[in-house]
Amino acid sequence: MVQGKLAWRVGRLAAVRDETPSARTLALDVPGWPGHLAGQHVDLRLTAADGYRTTRTYSLAAPAEGERVEVTVQRVPDGEVSPYLTEVFTVGDPIELRGPVGGWFVWRPTAPDPVMLVAGGAGIVPLMAMIRARRRAGSRAPFKLLYSVRTPEDVYYADELRRPEPGLDVTIRYTRKGPDGRPGEPHRIGVADVNTAGWPAEFSPQCFVCGPTGFVETVADILVALGHDARRVKTERFGPSGS
Amino acid sequence: MGIVTPGFRGRARSDDERLPPGQYLVEDFPVLSAGPTPRVRTENWRFTVTTEAGRKHEWSWDDLVALPSETPTVDIHCVTRWSKLSTTWRGVSLDTLLEDVDTAADHVMVESHGGYTTNLPLEDLLDGQAWIAYEFEGEDLPAEHGGPARLLVPHLYFWKSAKWVEGLRLMLDDDLGFWEAAGYHSYGDPWREQRYQGD
Ligand SMILES: Cc1cc2nc3c(=O)[nH]c(=O)nc-3n(C[C@H](O)[C@H](O)[C@H](O)COP(=O)(O)OP(=O)(O)OC[C@H]3O[C@@H](n4cnc5c(N)ncnc54)[C@H](O)[C@@H]3O)c2cc1C
Repeated sequence: MVQGKLAWRVGRLAAVRDETPSARTLALDVPGWPGHLAGQHVDLRLTAADGYRTTRTYSLAAPAEGERVEVTVQRVPDGEVSPYLTEVFTVGDPIELRGPVGGWFVWRPTAPDPVMLVAGGAGIVPLMAMIRARRRAGSRAPFKLLYSVRTPEDVYYADELRRPEPGLDVTIRYTRKGPDGRPGEPHRIGVADVNTAGWPAEFSPQCFVCGPTGFVETVADILVALGHDARRVKTERFGPSGS
Repeated sequence: MGIVTPGFRGRARSDDERLPPGQYLVEDFPVLSAGPTPRVRTENWRFTVTTEAGRKHEWSWDDLVALPSETPTVDIHCVTRWSKLSTTWRGVSLDTLLEDVDTAADHVMVESHGGYTTNLPLEDLLDGQAWIAYEFEGEDLPAEHGGPARLLVPHLYFWKSAKWVEGLRLMLDDDLGFWEAAGYHSYGDPWREQRYQGD
């Protein structure tokens, strides 16, 4: 029998917000939610009518608002769970979840040191939780975000990231197609991007890198090559495949 | 408990008996770790077993590869729910490495380059259940999969199979490793779905 915070709870879908044509934010009301830190995740468990069950992990997208928590799910074509969550799951429906899980890839608002966030695709989700937690706490820790997406239509939280925010620098790089009328070839993030959009290693920032495995592998190697202490580089790889 | 998720059907069920509950099969080999990939050169590689009395047994790379090796073909199961069947490795059995180590310890802390640790009962490393593996599918073990050498304990969730392994510390009392202290299960049996503390 699971006790305490890792017990399964029943949450209910309270609201949805489409972030991009293929990503949707789900706001869940979870009675008894104990609160969480930015960077932690939840397990969602789905049960079919015949008793078949499956579970997936999703990062928490924002600090908790009382018993309301948010996740943002990207639809994986031919996926088992994400198409359900983004297309079928309806306001009012129940779902089982447990968490918060994960105590390593977290940012605490009391930490004063500079923060470097590097996101690839859906990897923005836990990093956005950190940006929102910073804002919520009135933290003055200086933040930089480097965010790699395919096209401008794929930017999550676009309006919020476009609004100027003191102490937060946002750099977006496009891998397929940039915004119209903007110079610069679309490209994958490389050393020059991390160097110019990031903190010098001497500032000893906390670095958080999140995205698909190949992306995380590349960025973490770049940070270490630029002189960042590997122990200050935390990574979260969104499985399951190395794509 | 058990509530039905309205409208959720799920994919066709796998009836593969080698698949523990809650796992799905992958063909590729996902990479999961907490930080950047350490690159450890074999010239500098050392493997140390430290007993509870503080006695050290040490092997260099040349020592390791000179020992009799085995080529186990095993299924591996990651706590993030992928499983990979029939993977073939080459490595040295822990039975060989621990043969001359005199200990009364019941517990082991595995220590890796980069500071990663994971705890195991000593008996789970013995009797042909665990290896220090340095080849995967006939090739040198790549750095992202823990090369030059990793622990391989296929009967437990794969986070126990510490990458970039540096040594074993024998302990009279159990202690928690890196993920275990972060809330993951102390033992991690995939067949009992021991994912988190309390499972
Ligand atoms: C710590 C963590 C945090 C995460 N946070 C987020 C997040 O914030 N947002 C987000 O969108 N995702 C997140 N993920 C990823 C998420 O958990 C799921 O992996 C993702 O939503 C895909 O699930 P799915 O069921 O739709 O796809 P799956 O059905 O799991 O499929 C994914 C891929 O694997 C293949 N596949 C899987 N199972 C099978 C099978 N049995 N047979 C054949 N092919 C198969 C599919 O073809 C597909 O290409 C996170 C993952 C982790 C580990």
